[in-house]
Amino acid sequence: MSTLSLSAASAAPEKIDKAVLATASAAATTVAAVEAPAVRRGAMSLQWLRTLIAALSGIGALVVVWWMVADNVESFPGPIPTWHAAVELFSDPFYNNGPNDMGIGWNVLYSLERVGVGFGLAALVGIPAGFLVGRFNFMRSASEPVISLLRPVSPLAWLPIGLLVFRDANLAAIWVIFICSIWPMIINTAAGVRAVPQDYLNVARVLALSEWKIVTKILFPAVLPHILTGVRLAVGTAWLVIVAAEMLTGGIGIGFWVWDEWNNLSVEHILVAIVVIGVVGLALEYALLWLAKRFSYGGTV
Amino acid sequence: MNAPIVMVEAVGMRFDTNNGPFVALRDIDLQISRGEFVSLIGHSGCGKSTLLNLIAGLTLPTEGICLCNGREIGGPGPERAVVFQNHSLLPWMTCFENVYLAVERVFGAAEGKAQLKARTCAALEMVHMEHAMEKYPNEISGGMKQRVGIARAFAMEPQILLMDEPFGALDALTRASLQDELMGVMGKTGATVVMVTHDVDEAVLLSDRVVMMTNGPAATIGEVLEVRLDAPRERLKLAHDSAFAEYRAAVMEFLYQKQMKKAA
Repeated sequence: MSTLSLSAASAAPEKIDKAVLATASAAATTVAAVEAPAVRRGAMSLQWLRTLIAALSGIGALVVVWWMVADNVESFPGPIPTWHAAVELFSDPFYNNGPNDMGIGWNVLYSLERVGVGFGLAALVGIPAGFLVGRFNFMRSASEPVISLLRPVSPLAWLPIGLLVFRDANLAAIWVIFICSIWPMIINTAAGVRAVPQDYLNVARVLALSEWKIVTKILFPAVLPHILTGVRLAVGTAWLVIVAAEMLTGGIGIGFWVWDEWNNLSVEHILVAIVVIGVVGLALEYALLWLAKRFSYGGTV
Repeated sequence: MNAPIVMVEAVGMRFDTNNGPFVALRDIDLQISRGEFVSLIGHSGCGKSTLLNLIAGLTLPTEGICLCNGREIGGPGPERAVVFQNHSLLPWMTCFENVYLAVERVFGAAEGKAQLKARTCAALEMVHMEHAMEKYPNEISGGMKQRVGIARAFAMEPQILLMDEPFGALDALTRASLQDELMGVMGKTGATVVMVTHDVDEAVLLSDRVVMMTNGPAATIGEVLEVRLDAPRERLKLAHDSAFAEYRAAVMEFLYQKQMKKAA
């Protein structure tokens, strides 16, 4: 019954809506209760369809603009040659012809590894630091000028320092990721600690919980959604920055790959890389949003 | 009655605000005996919650002294359990875990896991919440949350139970059923309770003494009414009871004549 009306609703939604409304008003409440979810699902699938159409038309408009630009600019490849280049690239994304010639899949994975390591180190330092900054006013006052001063600095400005200290391009890139990830981690964790409702802390005080229990049972779960916001911002920034950092440091990675393809004048590959970078960034964002949803408590109080 | 468990002596409370010092309470003297149920009633802003927080130790008085068992109250502790107005259950824990956290803290050193679990279950059964032990706070109604909050407080077997408008956020019917439940629990445990309320019926129905507070700022105790009604008190019988009506009238008279708020 419900699947039937659902499929019918997506075919002719208005008719079905009216029909159900009529039944509901005429019949007993139990019937209405049975019909209501079907109506809602029908409305939802309609909404979903609208969203999908809007999204597709947006992407379509982008492709049309691209087409027009490609038509008028010399040696700028349009969607079709780019598509062929993409098919070729993805037919064997993990080939390995030595360090200077590896598949696009390897390049993405190497970049993700740098982001993962740099971000992971930033989390190891930034989350505890955020707890300290949020919990103790002295730490807050001490760190505020430093963070305010350093946060607006482009992470790439730190690259020479990384090269100087580590004398290794790969470590320098990781260092840049570390620097750009750590600020959102500290700031969001600290804000989360300060935003823990006084009620929860009063519970801890009345129970006279140990500091360890306060941290594990109250502070950490209360702050976790804020931490995950920090993680999401940090990973987003890190993924932005890694492309630029790799262009400068070289090695295997999607950023340097783009630069390399520019030197080879294969613009199709650059366009493919732009889409790939976008898709990976989107995937990271959604994965972290899912994680954040998983650890939210459906409204706090 | 026997020796007082809580003594509040010449207590005043001053808050330093941006607009200079604000005197919330002055010259408060109050003694609470073991097994007694005391209500604090007054208009909003009269500092009744502040007084409760002073007994809880969540805030410390700027003048005078609060004693519990003859010792100065220097901070909160599990022997003075608090039922918060907004229940304050931790949303990332189930009802069971919320109560267990308190039970473990108080009895964890002396008892094994099985005993602690049994205590937790018993407390939840007492407030008829055994069906929702594994539910999270956002999955149950406001009345149920407050029941769990009460279970958490009772499970600690505190010497005194402090309740800050425990039923204030609930609808009248839920409030009545929780009051009945509270009376049932009181009958079984003989607990000492201090309750902040702004509900006259609730104060008279539940209390041995109703402490009426004057309007703030610089509020103090205006009158104390001893309620001598036989236990067990039954809501329906008391509705036609002349003594109950007189007690009720006395509190109303204090609140709405002597301490009428100038502009609400």
